Amino acid sequence: MRTAVITFPASNCDRDAAVALRKVTGIKPVMVWHRDTELPKDIEFVIIPGGFSYGDYLRCGAMASRSPIVADLVKKAKKGLAIAGFCNGFQVLTEAGLLPGALMRNKGLKFVCRPEKLEIINNTSRYTAKYNDQSEVVYPVAHHDGNYYADKETLNKIEGQGQVIFRYKDNPNGSVNDIAGICNEGGNVFGMMPHPERAIDPMHGGTDGIKLFKSIIESI
Amino acid sequence: MKAIIHIGLKPGVLDPQGRAISRSLNDLGFDEVVNARQGKVIEIDIKGKDTELAHKRVTNMCEKLLANTVIESYLVEIKK
Repeated sequence: MRTAVITFPASNCDRDAAVALRKVTGIKPVMVWHRDTELPKDIEFVIIPGGFSYGDYLRCGAMASRSPIVADLVKKAKKGLAIAGFCNGFQVLTEAGLLPGALMRNKGLKFVCRPEKLEIINNTSRYTAKYNDQSEVVYPVAHHDGNYYADKETLNKIEGQGQVIFRYKDNPNGSVNDIAGICNEGGNVFGMMPHPERAIDPMHGGTDGIKLFKSIIESI
Repeated sequence: MKAIIHIGLKPGVLDPQGRAISRSLNDLGFDEVVNARQGKVIEIDIKGKDTELAHKRVTNMCEKLLANTVIESYLVEIKK
């Protein structure tokens, strides 16, 4: 299956994402530059990687979410294209309006960088179906602006519709309801602050992230 | 013309930076400070003379890029 990773100026997890995709699909993903106006044909899964796109100017993810390639992603997401954003990628997806809510400065005002225990809230989603035998995972976090916020009405909606996929066991950033990862109503777009793509190699502290990629790839 | 845009977190949205500022001010002896909110100001130079049109266009800029209306509110000021 053909997959893609979007690279913005100052993305820094695009290669991690590419390694994860190659490990799971066996095929190198297409690396797509942010100025491109259209995804290559036959792409079935896209990752918006972590990093500090456009130097976090204005707001994290704000500039990237207005780039030409993201306009194409927004169009295709509405037609059901599977898109995942990790860390800065999650910020880009909320800024682009593909996921509800916003990511704000961490409550403790500090950059947090550590392995983080997460509870899988919904293991029937397209991104977590392979975790049917486990209720917790450990993925690394590394961010300054991961404090998830949504108004009450939005929260009630996403909590009620099973769109909250992961929660922090020990909330590192002040996210409302301990929310670590969510999906859209259609279940095809997913975002989280932690880094599953950095949890795919036993040499790097754990492989809990692999099943997330297997889940979404096999759902397509 | 110049557009001056004030952007801040909406009331009710927790502002940890504002809280840190208010605490620091208290530590410096400014006991009268009870709360601080941090925002940003963006200044844009604009061609043309129609202030009403400029106001409309800059408001559109705020909605499309300058503010994230999920968490932020904004105030547009046009100066000749």
